[in-house]
Amino acid sequence: MAAIYSLYIINKSGGLIFYKDYGSKGRMDTNDSLRVASLWHSMHAISQQLSPTTGCTGIELLEADTFDLHCFQSLTGTKFFVVCEPGTQNMEALLKVVYELYTDYVLKNPFYEMEMPIRCELFDINLTQAIQKDRVALLGR
Amino acid sequence: MIGAGKIKQYANILEKPLGKGKQEVSLSAFAFLFSELVQYNQTQVDNISELETRLEDAGYAVGARVLELLCHREKGNRRETRLLGILSFVHSTVWKVLFGKVADSLEKGTEHEDEYMISEKELLVNKFISIPKDMGTFHCGAFVAGIVRGVLDNAGFPAVVTAHFVPVEGQQRPRTTILIKFAEEVLQREARLG
Repeated sequence: MAAIYSLYIINKSGGLIFYKDYGSKGRMDTNDSLRVASLWHSMHAISQQLSPTTGCTGIELLEADTFDLHCFQSLTGTKFFVVCEPGTQNMEALLKVVYELYTDYVLKNPFYEMEMPIRCELFDINLTQAIQKDRVALLGR
Repeated sequence: MIGAGKIKQYANILEKPLGKGKQEVSLSAFAFLFSELVQYNQTQVDNISELETRLEDAGYAVGARVLELLCHREKGNRRETRLLGILSFVHSTVWKVLFGKVADSLEKGTEHEDEYMISEKELLVNKFISIPKDMGTFHCGAFVAGIVRGVLDNAGFPAVVTAHFVPVEGQQRPRTTILIKFAEEVLQREARLG
């Protein structure tokens, strides 16, 4: 089974506003997840500066021996990234789905404060459904 | 040319019939606007019940206008005068125009004679809203309750209308019930009319 290890959402200043892990691998405590989030934010920013070509939008995929990290940055600078098993497909599509859920259930919620940690029941419910659907789709192939 | 001649040309613009216009508005646009309404009112109040009252008042103004408009547009300037008539008017006509569908159910309260309930699985205004745990029983449906009160009150059926969450077994999300409690005079009049 292709596995998603964890999902992060970081705001435009690099603060972790959402973290969720799936399954036992790659589980981290709160401090570690915060560290990964701000590290990734900085690396992403540095990569934009160091890129030899102009118009670089930052790292989209990081491949390591034991995991892949797919990142999607929205126009406002909010970053969504998912850590998964090496070679997992369709992660870009999944990140777009997560982005869509974020715009729907977080940004349209009057009780959500911008740039603050996400605590929205509907977002959690719909995210769980989306991830499950993604797993089923992967199993079906 | 493809498509040429499909649109009828009118020499005089005044002869062109008026279009019916688009019947629906964007849900996103509404959701953002409603979210702003709630956020703005939140800055103006000290407690949750006050916020609910303000949302209800905002809805009341909508209800009053909707009644006027729909009586003219759908009912040929006639207005319902009986209790069940006005309730089904709210449940079907008003709901359809505002939310694009008929309300899920309309029931009579079992405990009290003067109570009626309109239930909805997922209220349109609540579609994207998660109420934080610390806000207790607060319900954004107060706005819809206000609309219902506006319609009823202006039709001559004064009532107290409130919105509640009702948990449903086996469902993650609770249902919304709009509770309508009519004033005494309404029931007395109904009894007189027979």
